[in-house]
Amino acid sequence: MTGAAMSVRVKLPAHLRKLAQVDGEVRLDVPAPVTQRSVLDALEARHPVLRGTIRDHATKRRRAFVRFFACEQDLSHEEPDAELPAEVAAGREPLLVVGAMAGG
Amino acid sequence: MTGVRVLVGTRKGAFVLTADGTRERWEVQGPHFAGWEIYHVAGSPADPDRLYASQSGGWFGQLVQRSDDGGATWEPVGNEFAYAGVPGTHQWYDGTPHPWEFARVWHLEPSATDPDTVLAGVEDAALFRSTDGGASWQELRGLREHGSGSSWQPGAGGMCLHTIVVDPRDPARMHVAISAAGVFRTEDDGASWEPANHGLRSEGIPDEDAEVGHCVHHIAMHPDRPDTLYMQKHWDVMRSDDGGTHWYDIGEGLPTDFGFPIEVHAHDPDTVYVVPITSDSVHFPPDGRLRVYRSRSGGNEWEPLTKGLPQEHCYVNVLRDAMAVDSLDTCGVYFGTTGGQVYASPDAGETWAPIVSNLPAVLSVQVQTLR
Repeated sequence: MTGAAMSVRVKLPAHLRKLAQVDGEVRLDVPAPVTQRSVLDALEARHPVLRGTIRDHATKRRRAFVRFFACEQDLSHEEPDAELPAEVAAGREPLLVVGAMAGG
Repeated sequence: MTGVRVLVGTRKGAFVLTADGTRERWEVQGPHFAGWEIYHVAGSPADPDRLYASQSGGWFGQLVQRSDDGGATWEPVGNEFAYAGVPGTHQWYDGTPHPWEFARVWHLEPSATDPDTVLAGVEDAALFRSTDGGASWQELRGLREHGSGSSWQPGAGGMCLHTIVVDPRDPARMHVAISAAGVFRTEDDGASWEPANHGLRSEGIPDEDAEVGHCVHHIAMHPDRPDTLYMQKHWDVMRSDDGGTHWYDIGEGLPTDFGFPIEVHAHDPDTVYVVPITSDSVHFPPDGRLRVYRSRSGGNEWEPLTKGLPQEHCYVNVLRDAMAVDSLDTCGVYFGTTGGQVYASPDAGETWAPIVSNLPAVLSVQVQTLR
């Protein structure tokens, strides 16, 4: 499906919520198809301060220690243009942006 | 009111320490950016309320924060550090070619005259400049492309441009230092660069007196004598009297000539401070005694400064950007440790006391003298 905007929920980690000055989930109107790329494009358009923090400015590749989870699946290694699960596209489940478990 | 503001970057946030001219009672503000690595916080000489901070972390990369009220409030500005053109490769630890990749900003150097102009030294080594208060950054690509770049190798801390020294007579003249490539200088505002490492000898490289490849840890200059440069190298404390054309060893008399920071007294170009560290593999002070060494003769003789500093069981390090001076009538000297102490001496090093004792590991200390 293309064209129609879907209302997608994104849950950010605490550091990025603070940077973006948001509480709780972010709700975004994302044009279909709903993919990692289209969701992140919409997120960065709404909150430009997040540019470069989740994916590289130039290559748009996911930063190594950022993970994307949804519907109890790790979607981090999916292609950026692969459609996200229908539950995410329909706004029934959030896309989780997660700082990977790593020391420090 | 006369006073000082000490800007402290740590592994887990930034702190702003302020005192009046007596430097006896301190107000501690922070942590700002809790949980993030703050490699450097720097104030604009042209507007002391304008501060810049380098905020980074393994998860979410690099941000630059700006304050217009002396550190009370901050706003994120531009964080895109794109190398100009096709960046090519440098040497990796194992000697293989490795593509240039931006990792973080190590050092921020605000302009002496324009609060909106600031230089940034980054890893992988390159020099960037913003002229719009940090909103956007442009690489001074002549440094990375000057010819030897493909042979540069990272030090243990990464291949970082960590020191920027601007000539107060002419800001188009600059020296930068890169680990582990060495010192480079420009006289045309960064368009062209040349290595300035003649006289350096380093045992850890195949050609001990090579033109590039030296692990310079820090360089310092007094604004009244800009052609004299002092250097703390991986091993060796060095001096140049001709703007880096030739260097000579001034480490005689130190318990060890390994260390990271080096600073010059605010009012006396011949008075220099270092913090000797045991060795390249033992990053704490010799004998567990934290001693600052001062030379009042430009490096001819050195004396230990110990009053108020721990003289037993002290196993901290002092990193390259973690020492600074103020310019009050009696020059204050400050340094931070990897154990989270920030020590201050209001009398040019004679006596010391901790301002704070339990911060996260200190990465950088910068001082603003407020008048």
